[in-house]
Amino acid sequence: MIEAKNVTKRYGQTVVVDDVTLQLPVGGITSIIGPNGAGKSTLLSMMSRVLPMSSGTVRVDGLDVTTTPGDVLARRLAILRQDNPLTARLTVRELVTFGRYPHSKGRPTVKDREHVEQAIRHMGLDALAERFLDELSGGQRQRAFVAMVLCQDTDYVLLDEPLNGLDLKHAVSMMKHLRHAADALQKSVVVVLHDINFASCYSNHLIAMRDGKVAFQGRPADIMRPEVLRAVYELDISIQRIDGDFIATHYR
Amino acid sequence: MKRFTLALLVLVVVAGASLLVGVGHLSWSALVSPTPDERAVQVLVVSRIPRLLAVLLVGTSLGVAGLIMQMLARNRFVEPATAGTAESASLGMLAATALAPQLPVLAKMGIAALFALAGTALFLLILQRIPLRSVLVVPLVGIVLGGIIDSVTTFFAHRMELLQSVNAWTTGDFSTVLRGRYELLWVTLGLTCLAYVAADRFTVAGMGESFTTNLGLRYRRIVVLGLVIVSMVTAMVVVTVGMIPFLGLIVPNVVSLVMGDNARRSIPWVALGGAGFVLVCDLLGRVVRFPYEIPGATLAGILGSLLFLHLLLRRNARVG
Ligand SMILES: Nc1ncnc2c1ncn2[C@@H]1O[C@H](COP(=O)(O)OP(=O)(O)OP(=O)(O)O)[C@@H](O)[C@H]1O
Ligand SMILES: [Mg+2]
Repeated sequence: MIEAKNVTKRYGQTVVVDDVTLQLPVGGITSIIGPNGAGKSTLLSMMSRVLPMSSGTVRVDGLDVTTTPGDVLARRLAILRQDNPLTARLTVRELVTFGRYPHSKGRPTVKDREHVEQAIRHMGLDALAERFLDELSGGQRQRAFVAMVLCQDTDYVLLDEPLNGLDLKHAVSMMKHLRHAADALQKSVVVVLHDINFASCYSNHLIAMRDGKVAFQGRPADIMRPEVLRAVYELDISIQRIDGDFIATHYR
Repeated sequence: MKRFTLALLVLVVVAGASLLVGVGHLSWSALVSPTPDERAVQVLVVSRIPRLLAVLLVGTSLGVAGLIMQMLARNRFVEPATAGTAESASLGMLAATALAPQLPVLAKMGIAALFALAGTALFLLILQRIPLRSVLVVPLVGIVLGGIIDSVTTFFAHRMELLQSVNAWTTGDFSTVLRGRYELLWVTLGLTCLAYVAADRFTVAGMGESFTTNLGLRYRRIVVLGLVIVSMVTAMVVVTVGMIPFLGLIVPNVVSLVMGDNARRSIPWVALGGAGFVLVCDLLGRVVRFPYEIPGATLAGILGSLLFLHLLLRRNARVG
């Protein structure tokens, strides 16, 4: 279980994550939603120890992320950040292989290679495996980074806007794959999503953030309500029930 | 792998041929005959072979040092000569020569390496502080920093009448290499091997701090390891033959274009390419104005700047 206790992030005088205390459920998909600048990425980065906190503690399975050795955590928790580095020219396969680094320490075994090929296949990258990252489209590159994170094969998978730049087909297939990871492989998946309908249809638990705080949380049925979404997004959103799912319409 | 073997073979052949080029006449027949010419063997052992080894060691290690710098600064346009590293090493040598002239070369080299370490760390710190609007700002910062350090060196060297020594440190020249005066460079081979062992770490660090943290590695440690390798290599090269400009820039960039930035794959090629580049510069310097010599660094500057301009224009064409 990931537990955040009184987590705060300040930049100078501005507080961007404000005293958040949160327990993320084990197993299933948890989606974090909220407007731009709500602090979603900041919170996710602090929970995955890639960004230092101003105050507070985060524990993953009881391990304090600031004091636990990095390689121990890297085998339990993996994070995809919102903006991915494009400084090194690696091929897709090389990048995905680095996802195995916490397990293989740079000497991939046969099993590691299987993980790599599987992740490449699941993200539909077979034909692109030998391409350099800077020779891919934005969505293809995004899938390559997600493949790397999945390849890390951790119990906790944190993804900041994994659907960023993906076309409809790949977005659906990515969400289905995350669902599969949660159901069949017992992973705990935490995603930041802007498409609340994907969040509604695929998540077990929703967390709505606003102004650095957790404004609401609960099952999709609790959050996918006009008055809740209005408070989060300052937008009139009507909710339809279609085939048992709560679908928001907000285009007009 | 096959291509690498082939390239290595070419390098070996050119290196072998380079042994025969020089003011004193040498030929293989005189050397390998049952009664070898004493004088020829002497020239070979005392001068030609040490020179060749120095060329190869400098080329390999400076190339790899450039690659590491580029990964640590996450910028393609930096190398020890454009990041204040070489200038700091010269300043360190000057300080050691002026304040403790009785120290053995190894100790002076150590001081130069410490200065280089401090200078390069300062460069990386400055990079963290300033907003980077363009990739070209990074090497500009390094060049400015290097210029400032260099002017301090020149000021004191002028006062102490050590300008000639400073010139020897900043302009790489292999004509003075003799047996007994280059052996320090063997340490750079060890550092190059160390870089190869840590290759994956450098690749990961090249993807940024949070990427590194996510994979369970300590970014700071990798940066320190890289800085130590780069500083020691630079200091040793500065002390023994003098700095070779552009080498650490051109070779890693060309290799990156062809085979990407996975250091595990690219380090052997950068090492080979660096050795080849210096060998060609040194050979050209010896034959262009035969029997006089042009310093290898001068030719590296000319060849390197042309190649660099080409790369720069090409990159811009790709981006824009
Ligand atoms: N380095 C920084 N310095 C100062 N303020 C920052 C910094 N990084 C982020 N912020 C501010 O922190 C707030 C939260 O940012 P964060 O990236 O967590 O938002 P988010 O919820 O992920 O938004 P988005 O949906 O746009 O990704 C924003 O107002 C942002 O301007
Ligand atoms: Mg964000």
